[in-house]
Amino acid sequence: MRNWKKVIGVAAAAAMTVSMLPMSVFADDAATFKIGGIGPVTGPAAAYGSAVMNAAQIAVDEINEAGGVNGAMLEFNPQDDEHDAEKSVNAYNTLKDWGATMILGSVTSAPCIAVEAEAANDNMFLLTPSGSAVDCITAGDNAFRVCFSDPSQGTASAQYIGENGLATKVAAIYDSSDVYSSGIYATFKAEAENQPFEIVAEEAFTADSKTDFTVQLQKAKDAGAELVYLPFYYNEASLVFTQAAAMDFSPLWFGVDGMDGILSVEGFDTSLAEGVMLLTPFAADAQDDLTVNFVAKYQELYNEVPNQFAADAYDGIYIIKAALEQCGATPDMDASTLCDAMKTAMTEITVDGLTGAGMTWTADGEPSKAPKAVVIENGAYKAM
Amino acid sequence: MSFLSYMINGISLGSVYAIIALGYTMVYGIAKMLNFAHGDVIMVGGYAALTMLLNANASPLAAVLVSIVVCTVLGITIEAVAYRPLRAAASPLAVLITAIGVSYLLQNVVLLIFGSNPKNFQSVIPVPDLKLAGGALMITGETIVTIISCIVIMTVLTLFINRTRTGQAMQAVSEDKGAAQLMGINVNQTIALTFAIGSGLAAVAGVLLCSSYPSLSPYTGSMPGIKAFVAAVFGGIGSIPGAMIGGILLGVIEILAKAYISSQLADAIVFAVLIVVLLVKPTGLLGKQIQEKV
Repeated sequence: MRNWKKVIGVAAAAAMTVSMLPMSVFADDAATFKIGGIGPVTGPAAAYGSAVMNAAQIAVDEINEAGGVNGAMLEFNPQDDEHDAEKSVNAYNTLKDWGATMILGSVTSAPCIAVEAEAANDNMFLLTPSGSAVDCITAGDNAFRVCFSDPSQGTASAQYIGENGLATKVAAIYDSSDVYSSGIYATFKAEAENQPFEIVAEEAFTADSKTDFTVQLQKAKDAGAELVYLPFYYNEASLVFTQAAAMDFSPLWFGVDGMDGILSVEGFDTSLAEGVMLLTPFAADAQDDLTVNFVAKYQELYNEVPNQFAADAYDGIYIIKAALEQCGATPDMDASTLCDAMKTAMTEITVDGLTGAGMTWTADGEPSKAPKAVVIENGAYKAM
Repeated sequence: MSFLSYMINGISLGSVYAIIALGYTMVYGIAKMLNFAHGDVIMVGGYAALTMLLNANASPLAAVLVSIVVCTVLGITIEAVAYRPLRAAASPLAVLITAIGVSYLLQNVVLLIFGSNPKNFQSVIPVPDLKLAGGALMITGETIVTIISCIVIMTVLTLFINRTRTGQAMQAVSEDKGAAQLMGINVNQTIALTFAIGSGLAAVAGVLLCSSYPSLSPYTGSMPGIKAFVAAVFGGIGSIPGAMIGGILLGVIEILAKAYISSQLADAIVFAVLIVVLLVKPTGLLGKQIQEKV
């Protein structure tokens, strides 16, 4: 017993020494801008979080190699939240203890809403790369986002289908257990009333029953739908296409940004996705220099084709850089002072990024950029 | 016509639940423990088969066999490392919690090895789809194979447990571990064998599940696992024919609820039916009424 106490005592002392070390090291170093990253690196949404962290690190390294921002280096500290609101807030607190003065995150909507509530209280600058639910940035004026919000995607989809006369009878299938999917669907449905098409079937599924879509497809088919709207992620979509092909149902398919990635599902017969239309801010096979460089670098480092989450995060870091330069920030500013300066700077900057050219922001945190519609042709995305 | 096609969809979904439920009920019936990691063993089976198909270019049959071996070894290892040392522990709750732990362990280890991106699983079943009524009704080859495998496994298991000496030893262990040991039955070995069979079945279920619903991620096994557990309880947990009937009924109810009531409420309806069945027949459809002797 006594021995144990000794061991624990020594261990605790060692731990304290170690935990003191980094601080003293950094105190001597030149000051840096500390950016905290929050997102799911493990868990069911790990594909999104790891993409964000990988891409953000690429951007940070690029900026540091080029000499940093306002003469100071950037430092990025990614924290895992496992797509869990509570763990996301814990990660936020860890980052505050670390000395973060701005946050890139959270990656997914529900955790982001929880973190933003805390960050708004602290007046901490928050930029979510991909939290698309409306409430991700509404708790305070400290929060901005890189991606489109859910309502704007739903509205834009309905307008696109209506204005281009793609169909007169439309069916929709959405994930009623997911705030992203049901949020997009709600605004799609509202906008559909102003458009020259009719929703003939609205079918839902939940996270617990997302493997079998035969019933939803059968009902859409029986209702005579010419186009099926699929506001959810590519993983489920690949099953929808497989099952629809098995029942000889081939309407037009229309997806949103979550559909991006369908071509990189390993082993998926991409000919089933032929003709699928989607609204997305980023296509990995676009031919502009920025995209080509980014995709090549990402593939070299992580051996994967980056998805839109990666692109959002890469842009996110460059947006932070632009805002820091705009307000002439220095690393010795505390989080709240920095946040006040950044808020104004965000509304003044224009950023050309992977996910849109000439992006600007309003004071409520929403980006303004044009959604791109792409269609899948011969196994590749093609702008429409 | 659309009713018939819903029924067929229901049976094909149900047959997947049924084949998973067989493994659940087998382990519960003999070892009297809920192996919550069963769904994740199925997922491991799927990954084993996928790796063989993609990386070793194995034939589908070889892939299934390797997957069965991998899962059997995994099942025996899990039992020996995580469950056996706790069997003597005071509370049966300890084993239950460990089973949940094993479930998360398997998910996260696979996440580490294969990553979180879902993989598409090409069906390994060579049986062509059956078209009826001029193509208006279609039964997929996967469904046919799943139902046939289900019936074959159910029959073989029932015969094995009732007709062989090892099977009778299993029944004895199930009835009373202490007494079985006194009669010279090696309890640990018998339970290990049960896990071996249950996990081998999980591999078959994994390959069939992934062939029917071709998306494989580290979390693929958890929801079907829970649904299959419900199916096993529905049919009477411990009863092998009950697992099959429970699975198919669950699938049919789920699909019909989606089709005719509401696709938003399907799961709520499935579980409401489960509650009603258990209120009327607490041991499930084919469950044995066990009388406690004082």
